Amino acid sequence: MKKTTFSTLALFLGPGLAVLLIFFFLPVMAAFILSFTDFNIYSLGNPDYLRFVGFDNYMKLFSDDMFWTALKNTFYFVIAGGPLSIAASLGAAILLNSKLIRFKGIFRLTYFLPVVTTLVAVAIVWRYIYHPRYGLLNYFLGFCGIDPLDWLGDPHLAMPAIIIMAVWKNFGYNMIIFIAGLQNIPEELYEAASLEGASAWQKFRNITLPMLAPTTIFITIITMIGYFQLFAEPYVMTQGGPLNSTLSIVLYMYQEGFRWWNIGYSTAIAFSLFIIILIGTVIQFRVQKALEK
Amino acid sequence: MKKILLYSTAIFVAVITFLPFLWMISASLMHQGQANTYPPRLLPESIDTSHYYKLFSSLDLSGYLVNSVVISLGVTVFSLLINSMGGYAFAKFRFRRKDTIFNFLLTSMIIPGQVTMLPVFLTLKNMGLINTYWAIIVPGMASIFGIFLIRQYCYSIPDSLIEAAKMDGASDFKIYLKVILPLTKPILVTLGIFSFMGTWNDFLWPLIVMTDSGMYTLPVALANLMGEHVQDTELMMAGSVVTILPVLIVFLVLQKYYIKGIMMGSVKG
Repeated sequence: MKKTTFSTLALFLGPGLAVLLIFFFLPVMAAFILSFTDFNIYSLGNPDYLRFVGFDNYMKLFSDDMFWTALKNTFYFVIAGGPLSIAASLGAAILLNSKLIRFKGIFRLTYFLPVVTTLVAVAIVWRYIYHPRYGLLNYFLGFCGIDPLDWLGDPHLAMPAIIIMAVWKNFGYNMIIFIAGLQNIPEELYEAASLEGASAWQKFRNITLPMLAPTTIFITIITMIGYFQLFAEPYVMTQGGPLNSTLSIVLYMYQEGFRWWNIGYSTAIAFSLFIIILIGTVIQFRVQKALEK
Repeated sequence: MKKILLYSTAIFVAVITFLPFLWMISASLMHQGQANTYPPRLLPESIDTSHYYKLFSSLDLSGYLVNSVVISLGVTVFSLLINSMGGYAFAKFRFRRKDTIFNFLLTSMIIPGQVTMLPVFLTLKNMGLINTYWAIIVPGMASIFGIFLIRQYCYSIPDSLIEAAKMDGASDFKIYLKVILPLTKPILVTLGIFSFMGTWNDFLWPLIVMTDSGMYTLPVALANLMGEHVQDTELMMAGSVVTILPVLIVFLVLQKYYIKGIMMGSVKG
C-alpha cells in the first residue's frame, strides 16, 4: 500500500488532532506556565499585573495547611477506598463466575446499575441514607445493635461514609473486567489442581490470583487514577467538611481556581495532582515488571 | 449447601445495590414529610406525584433537561464523526511517525483533565463561549480514548476490502463513508453510549462553564436545587429520578454495547 496523501491525512486526522491540541495539549503547557505566575483576579481584568514568581506557588503549597489536609484526605480515600473497591469487584466477579449460580445476567445487570447512574444524583440519595435520624443505614444498623451514627457530620466518619458510597457506586465496573479475566483462565488448571486435592483457597491463591495479575494491575492503575480525582462526592455530600475532613485535592483546586480566581496557585495544585498520579502509575508499572520476572 | 451460600450472598449484594434506588423512587412518591419519619418507610402510603409536578412547573426542570439532552447529543454526534475518522486513519493509513504520534497520545491519557481546566476556561471565555452549549461540546468533540477504541476495531477490517474499493475508483472519504462506517457500526454504538452517558453524568466541567443558571445541566441544577430544598427530601428524590432515568434507559436498551466497550478498553493497546 502506498503512503496516504497529505490532504487525505489532514481531512481525517486534522479535526481530531486540532481539538486535542487546542483543548488538551496546549492547555497542559499553558497550565504549566501559569503555575509559575501569580495570575489572579486582578490580572484576569488587566494582564499587565501578571508576574512570573518562579517556584513561589509550589513553595506555598508546602506551607499551606489546607493543601496538606486535602492531600491527606485524598490519600486516605485512594489507599482505603481503592483496595476495598477492587476487592469488592473481585469478590463479585468470582461469585458471578461460579458455575453454581444461575440468572447471572440479572445479577450482573443489578450490580452494574450504580456505575451508569449520575454521580451527583446518587450522592444526593446517599446523603439522605446517611441521615442520623431518618436515614436507612442507621435504621438497619439499629437491628445489629449499633447506635445511630452521624455519618456525614462526624469528622472521623465522613470520609469512611464517602468511601462506602464510592465502593457501592464503582465496584460493578471493575467486576466486568475481572469476569472477562476469569473467563480467560483455562479450566484445566482448576481440574488438575482438584485432582491433586487442592482446597478452594489454595486454588484461589495459586491459580486465580497469579493468572489475574495483569488484569489486577490494569484495574489498580485506572482505579487509582480515578480515585485521586475525587470531587463530586464531597462537593455534594459534605462541601469538604466537617472540619475539612473530606476536602480533596480537586475540590481545593476548584475552590482556589474558580471561586477565588487564584489561577496561578490553582494550576500549581492541579500539577501536583498530576505528578502524584504519575508517580503512582510508575510504581504500579514497576510492580508489574517485578511480578513478570 | 454451598449453592445456598452463594445464592444468599448474590441476593444480599443485589439488595444492597438496589435498595438506594428503590428508596429513591419510593421517597419521590411520598407525601411531603413522609420520607423523614422514624422508623423510615420503604414504601409510600399512597402515591403522590406532586413533587414531579412541582419540578416541571415552578422549578423549571424541563429547561435543564433540554440543556442536558442537547449538550449530550451534541458531544455524541461530533465525537463519533471526529473520533471515527481519526481512529480509522491511525489504523489503516500509512504515514510517517504514525506509531510515535499514537503512542504519545496514549501516554498523555495519564494527565488528569483537571490540569487543563483553567486554561481551557480562559480560552473559551476569550472566544465568548462560556454559558453556551459549545463550551461543553467543543472540548468534547475529540477524545484519545475514542480514537483508541475505533482504531482497535478498525484493525479487524481486512485491507483487501479497502483496496478493492480503491480499484473501483472510490475516494478516501467515500471509502470511509460507504465501507468503514457500516462495518464499524457496533463500536460506533459503544462509543456513542460512552460519550452520551459521560457527558450527561459529568459535573465538574458544566459547573465551571455554566455560570448562568439558565444554562445548567441536570446534575448542576440538582446540586444547586439542594441548596434551597435540602429539607424537601421527597422533592430532591424526584429530581434524582428525573436525572438518572434518561441514562438508565439508554444503558438498559444498549447495555450489550456498553459492556463490550469496557472490555475493549481494558485490553492494552
